[in-house]
Amino acid sequence: MAKENAAIQNNSLGIIRTQYFTFDSLQLESKEKFGPVTLAYETYGQLNKDRSNAVLVLHALSGDAHAAGVSEQGAVVGWWDALIGPGKAFDTNKYFIICSNVLGGCQGSTGPSTLNPRTGKPYGINFPLVTIGDIVNAQKRLIASLGIKELLSVVGGSMGGMQVLSWLVKYPELVRSAIPIATAARHSPQQIAFNEVGRQAILADAHWNGGDYYHSLPPDKGLAVARMIGHITYMSDISMAEKFGREKEKDPRKLKFTADFQVGGYLRYRGDNFVKRFDANSYLYITKAMDDFDASSGKPLYEVLRGIKAKVLVIAFKSDWLYPAYQSQEIIKACKLAGLSAAYCEINSTYGHDAFLLEVKEETHLIAHFLKKVFYGYEVTGNYEI
Amino acid sequence: MKYKDISIDHRAILELIQPQATVLDLGCGTGELLYILAKEKGARGQGIEVDEQAIYSCVAKGLNVFHGDIDTGLAEYKDKSFDYVILNQSLQQVIHVEKVLQDALRVGKKVIVGFPNFAHYRSRFQIFFRGKAPVTGALPYQWYKTPNLHFLSVSDFKAYCRIKKIKIEESIYLGNNRRVSFCPNLFAQTGIFLAHW
Repeated sequence: MAKENAAIQNNSLGIIRTQYFTFDSLQLESKEKFGPVTLAYETYGQLNKDRSNAVLVLHALSGDAHAAGVSEQGAVVGWWDALIGPGKAFDTNKYFIICSNVLGGCQGSTGPSTLNPRTGKPYGINFPLVTIGDIVNAQKRLIASLGIKELLSVVGGSMGGMQVLSWLVKYPELVRSAIPIATAARHSPQQIAFNEVGRQAILADAHWNGGDYYHSLPPDKGLAVARMIGHITYMSDISMAEKFGREKEKDPRKLKFTADFQVGGYLRYRGDNFVKRFDANSYLYITKAMDDFDASSGKPLYEVLRGIKAKVLVIAFKSDWLYPAYQSQEIIKACKLAGLSAAYCEINSTYGHDAFLLEVKEETHLIAHFLKKVFYGYEVTGNYEI
Repeated sequence: MKYKDISIDHRAILELIQPQATVLDLGCGTGELLYILAKEKGARGQGIEVDEQAIYSCVAKGLNVFHGDIDTGLAEYKDKSFDYVILNQSLQQVIHVEKVLQDALRVGKKVIVGFPNFAHYRSRFQIFFRGKAPVTGALPYQWYKTPNLHFLSVSDFKAYCRIKKIKIEESIYLGNNRRVSFCPNLFAQTGIFLAHW
């Protein structure tokens, strides 16, 4: 046991402090100028001398800047801690990892819950609509402020994968490789539909009050329902059956419609927990940005990928029905048509969309090797003698 | 790895391919051939492979691979996208042989097909004298766990090409670690063909 603990400590990053970067204003894709903007971010590992080992990790809808290590407050373990650390897929002995909270978020970066310096009140619904492209532009400012001219890789799952594609298309000269995971170049009607129901749940909560609820009761019920719908789509039929079956809660209260099935209790628990850390307005803004995202703005994807030198690794998961593998295949096929150097793997997982957070061994194998090839290059000293 | 460590069929294919060629390997397995071609011929290769573990090996080698089934087609590739399309030990394992072969001939300027020769004398011997499905070096599987769906001979393939007007540019016949030239349909364990439309 002591040995095990030592092993855990050896490849853990320990306590990580979230940092903040503020800049005056950002030109949004809507042409509106918005500012000031603060991004919460964390870094892991050391930037090397020629600043060539920086990897930007991009989080999903409900993620935050705290991707790895243990948070200063509350001792929370980062959302991708299994993949980021010494000897892990994103080996902090080799690479310098950066993760920031998205613009429009509510975990330290400027978003609807931030105080508007001009009014002294939270922005609420007066916060401008932001796009995935705006989110990426803000990240670009952060990267520049850290003195990084070129990223070794940009990587992320789900909405993180959309940011990866946006980086690749907008700033191909700044990325040497890209790893979009369980994502899509644009949302399908089904994906938009789930987000729409989530948004409607928030808007239907009387406490939402036109987005102005920061000094009263927030729309917790609506946000919790949105999160519950989300969680259904993150799992799979099999993973739910394995986790809950038709088991009932041990001590169901005797009311008619308490969540007596374990799956119901789980969803409620997830929903109730989510409202403690997430802002309903941020949920509206970010899901809208996802729905509006189109990596190629209506054009065929391969057209906007042409001439890009970055190497691409696309990963999908078999049981993911929210971001089905066919969407990842569209990305890889466009890469191939555009002549990019690209690889695709569909991991045989039963976890559904959540797999990108859970299939650690498979992802580690793929990512570690891929990054190594990008970082060190193909070994040209032929170990074949002919 | 030394040249002698490269398997005989890979060596034969290596010799067929021009330097700096673009190559699509259908059923590339762990990517051994693509890796050798990249190293020795400066070939720019892509592979398609259905096995997940094999894909991991390919990514570890830094290869451009697509995890998928070659039976679902090559629709996204334009005509003559590659100098060579390779079907080494994979054509006999696909469901839609003709569709895959036609796709390969369309997408590649030239196609290299390698398969185990079902009419090898050992196979004939086992069928004739023992009355059993053959298990040989080139056909190592028992009938109940073979990945092979189609059984063809060197003569079958040549006849098919004749009917379909597929031109065979070169034929290489391999026995047990050596080339075979005499009566290949009887003595070759593996046939490798360079063909085009």
